[in-house]
Amino acid sequence: MSQLSSTDTPIAALPGDALRERAVDQLRAELGDALIDTLVKPGDDVWVRVRADAWHDAGIALRDVVGLDYFCFLSAIDWMPSPFGRGEDDPTQPQAERDMTIRQGYTGGETRFQLFARACSTTLHFGVTIKADIGDDMTMPTWIPCYTGANWHEREAHEMFGINFAGHPDLRNMYLPSGFEGHPMRKDFPLLARMVKPWPGIVDVEPLPGEPADDSDADGGES
Amino acid sequence: MTMLGDRQRLAYIASQAADARLNVELETEGMTLNIGPQHPATHGTLRIICRLDGEQVVWAEPSAGYMHRGYEKLTEVRTFPQVTSLVNRIDWLGSFANEVPFILAAEKLMDIEAPPRAQHIRTILFELSRIANVSLFLGDLGVQLGAITPVFMAFRDREYVLNLIESATGGRFHPNFDRIGGLKDDLPKGWIEETRSVMRKLRTFCDEIDDLLFGNEIFQSRTRGIGVIPKDVALQYGLSGPNLRASGVDYDLRRDQKIAMAWDKVDFKVWTHPDGDSFARCWVRLQETREATLIVEKLLDTLPAGPVMAKVPRIIKVPEGEAWVSTENPLGEMGYYVVSKGDLGPFRVKIRSASFNNISIVPWLLRGVYVPDVITILASLYFILGDIDR
Repeated sequence: MSQLSSTDTPIAALPGDALRERAVDQLRAELGDALIDTLVKPGDDVWVRVRADAWHDAGIALRDVVGLDYFCFLSAIDWMPSPFGRGEDDPTQPQAERDMTIRQGYTGGETRFQLFARACSTTLHFGVTIKADIGDDMTMPTWIPCYTGANWHEREAHEMFGINFAGHPDLRNMYLPSGFEGHPMRKDFPLLARMVKPWPGIVDVEPLPGEPADDSDADGGES
Repeated sequence: MTMLGDRQRLAYIASQAADARLNVELETEGMTLNIGPQHPATHGTLRIICRLDGEQVVWAEPSAGYMHRGYEKLTEVRTFPQVTSLVNRIDWLGSFANEVPFILAAEKLMDIEAPPRAQHIRTILFELSRIANVSLFLGDLGVQLGAITPVFMAFRDREYVLNLIESATGGRFHPNFDRIGGLKDDLPKGWIEETRSVMRKLRTFCDEIDDLLFGNEIFQSRTRGIGVIPKDVALQYGLSGPNLRASGVDYDLRRDQKIAMAWDKVDFKVWTHPDGDSFARCWVRLQETREATLIVEKLLDTLPAGPVMAKVPRIIKVPEGEAWVSTENPLGEMGYYVVSKGDLGPFRVKIRSASFNNISIVPWLLRGVYVPDVITILASLYFILGDIDR
């Protein structure tokens, strides 16, 4: 049955950065100034950021022009630092003051919430991570016409971040009970398990008092 | 290739249309059938609501979320080394494979690479967890069709692999063995010889399943031509792993990406099947299990000497940045999009698990099939509940 195996066919060359640069050029030609920022990390990956109103067109362009046939995922990021830190506070003490400046990641951004998605090519063997700022109305066009598989991912982003997808046929909750209030993946939604009692695991990563910083033990601080 | 796909699809649509016409003539009354959340055929608590017309499903909707554990939220309050113990439990049958992409993403952000020996051992354990995972699928497949024997054989032979994983890592199901910069420990004495003999046993198991199940007439008639997923639909839904390769897409992340693992050191076949039906999905998995045993043996032959841990600071702070790493897990593409703000823990982790996408095709796929085929189609798609709900 070896005719069904396909490593005998010549394998496409592993993706070079030229391929990623070309994808960026194609997107720029297709979207014009709706393509806000791009970042090509050599030997790693490519990030692009588009205007929110061009989200749908960008999806179509990725699929038809760049040739990314395989839908990977779609989700959102809340760039606001958590007011609860990493849950290391003692809940019996008053809450600590924290730096709450919103600082976006690669390719920048202007809003607290960003939508990001990824699509790959199964023949050219590279992928593109695409981002878009979400405005105050928290509404984005749906990606279902571009990639059908975005359906469930958008449902998840809807309940976890409170993003509405215009044109989505069925934005029911997937994980949470239907009457649930709040959006758990937002940074200002507290992780209740950390609110009721101090987390014991956090002490492990701090050096013990009076002990010199020890770099010889490479066990990462889990002992 | 496209021609064949089109013809297949047209034949499939025509058969469904003929059945629908028959139902219109008979005017059978509709009913709703609830499969699950507790049902022997659903591998955990996946609930599937089917609306039936006679024996045919006219509408089906999987209802996930009974096992949602919120790992994406939990990673935000853990440090980087602590996250592996969480992500271990996503696909619990091949848990070592879940740790690898996360650790690789963290290493990518820190710009370090594990020593060659650690990469080799990682790849060996990765393939062992694939074998442990998929061999259970192969046994379970028989149960879905009423054959009890294969599942006992699968549990018997999976035990050898679990013993290997346990003797190397200390954990049968949740190894938590991967560290940023390498591995916790080297392999124990005598492990390599033991692994070679177990791989031979597993190949015998694959041959037994091949004879007993795949050559069986009932099995073939229950799976051939059932639940056909054409290539373009599979890609649109983001199906990955064996489910995608069974639809004729030649895409395997072990081969098709540059990654700090040892798969590029060995030569192996990527198995595909042009049909896209239930049989093809099962067949590709069987071939992959056999191929994985060969990969393990070849990797053992070329195992380099040296340390298993790179020099990393005791307190791990990951520099600011974003990284995406995905690997070809037993169930398909599993990836982590890790955002770090230069802190002890990740700022945001998006977990892309394979079963989530693989199951999202179910409403499309189950439309028009007969009720007994629902079970075989679900079994052939092969999902792990923890991998859907995370």
